Amino acid sequence: MSTAVSDTAAPDAAELALPTQRGYWGTVGYRLRYDHVTLFFGALLLLIILAAVAAPLLAPFDPYQESIIRRLKPPGYQDRYWLGTDELGRDMLSRLLHGGRITLTMGILPVIIATLIGGSLGVLAGFAGGVVNMSIMRVMDVFYAFPSVLLAVAISGAMGGGAVNGMIALTLVFIPPLCRVAETATTQVRNLDFVDAARATGAPMHLVVRHHVIGNVLGPILIYASSLVSVAIILASGLSFLGLGVKPPDPDWGLMLNALRQAIYVSPLVAAMPGIAILITSISMNLVSDGLRAAMDVRS
Amino acid sequence: MFGYVIRRLIAAIPIALGVSMICYLLVYLAPGDPVQTLLPPDADAETVDRLKRLYGLDRPLPVQYIEWLGRVVSGDFGRSIANGRPVIEEIQRSLGNTVLLATLSVLVAFSIAFVLGTIAGRKAGTWLDRVVTGVAVLGVSVPNYWLAIVLIIIFSVELMILPSSGTAGERFDPTSWEHIQYLILPVITLSMIPVGIIARTTRSAISEVMNQDFVVTLRANGLPEWRVLKHAIKNALPPVLAVMGLQFGTLMGGSILVETVFAWPGSGYLLSKAILTRDVPVLQGTILVLAMIFVVTNLAVDLIQSTLDPRIRRG
Repeated sequence: MSTAVSDTAAPDAAELALPTQRGYWGTVGYRLRYDHVTLFFGALLLLIILAAVAAPLLAPFDPYQESIIRRLKPPGYQDRYWLGTDELGRDMLSRLLHGGRITLTMGILPVIIATLIGGSLGVLAGFAGGVVNMSIMRVMDVFYAFPSVLLAVAISGAMGGGAVNGMIALTLVFIPPLCRVAETATTQVRNLDFVDAARATGAPMHLVVRHHVIGNVLGPILIYASSLVSVAIILASGLSFLGLGVKPPDPDWGLMLNALRQAIYVSPLVAAMPGIAILITSISMNLVSDGLRAAMDVRS
Repeated sequence: MFGYVIRRLIAAIPIALGVSMICYLLVYLAPGDPVQTLLPPDADAETVDRLKRLYGLDRPLPVQYIEWLGRVVSGDFGRSIANGRPVIEEIQRSLGNTVLLATLSVLVAFSIAFVLGTIAGRKAGTWLDRVVTGVAVLGVSVPNYWLAIVLIIIFSVELMILPSSGTAGERFDPTSWEHIQYLILPVITLSMIPVGIIARTTRSAISEVMNQDFVVTLRANGLPEWRVLKHAIKNALPPVLAVMGLQFGTLMGGSILVETVFAWPGSGYLLSKAILTRDVPVLQGTILVLAMIFVVTNLAVDLIQSTLDPRIRRG
């Protein structure tokens, strides 16, 4: 126990001085600077995103260029195909880079749209209360009653697959949880004294929401949304894996994984690669999201 | 308590109705007329009309829904377009396999994750805690359809000690290794995400309990550490069991990808085959049954939990 006491004593002294020196975001930045895990995986994530954005510049070959004679070659083939070739002889590195663009878009875009829609619905439900709250939240409850994988598969399966339908399905999957988080946060803020005070001065509703509610609700919503991106990337690739998302020949990590499934006897290393890309991205995203949550937690 | 159970049951009815409504409307999400999936593309207008009347598709939507609901409640889910067999038979045949898979996966996950989480929660802040937290993050970050392929590469292709997919026979025989060996890889794969989630829950529950006053009192009374831990575990168990129950429901509806990779003849595999063949009645029926199982599991977890710990009762 004695070590525990001395451990907590030092940060306490530092934290006493904090509020006067740094604002909220200053504190968040200060905490993140010393969180090496989050910084490392944040940098990795940035690298993955940059590589995806710059794929046309970075990719050594055309990701659609097939060749019968160089199918399923191992990494380092001819010293030019660094990660080998896939089942149709296309360069793996080029396809993984280009695949990043599609997979990341399929994962991130639905979360952004769902954050906008679900967040607004949640703030509306939380701030209006009463019948409006009831009707919005009960509809959300119904969508909440599906396991997320099942709902995504059901909607995109019924709509007939394709990248756009997959993204619509994922957006619908993520609206209910985001709406709930926004509603809970808004209900809490709404009952705080400064909101009452603002209303008592006669400030119009939209100004109260804009100045006092949004600022306090945005943090929890964004943290939660960031934790969904990893789920979204795995789900999006999963849809493509099932044949419900991106269609061939477009490179998508999930679709590539499925196409290479037949090649595990010939070229197991190449067959596992798209999954490794998904894994690294989703671990980075999860750890960055955890780090942000810890840094933005006002209570700690 | 009785009143609470009744209230929760009544609250579940509109949700179940809503779920059935979404499942019904899935047919209308499909591009084009639902009848077109049944007919060749060059069918003439008269045939289309006749089929529409036959299926009752010419009547208003709410009427159709209520009629469909009536049939579904009495166990008639229609017939599969792919093979003409009643959908309910297809679901009955596959559901048991998925229940088996989900139950075993959750049990395996719980046994691993509870130990890991307890160690981490007791030693919160140490390197052991970090290792466990790392494992937990890995568990929830792994795309399980990829893990399935990696396990097949290792155990079926390279080591050749376990079968890569399928089953040994229609009925599962728990006494025969022939049958059990097909289960091992799917169960390991499916337990990954629950391991991550249950370990996290256990860690936070144990570390919270360990900081409570009664633990200090127990220690001050000179109780050996393992008996202190016994008390802590008893207090930390309810939320962990609740999460485990919820994970069962999630796996029941979420095993579609893993079942597809392993060609495991469960409801998820049935669903993925129905998607490929655009077999809408099977798609609709399977999703409805799986979603209802999820609703019922969540309700059961809520009721059991509130019996054990009346403080957590919701409104």
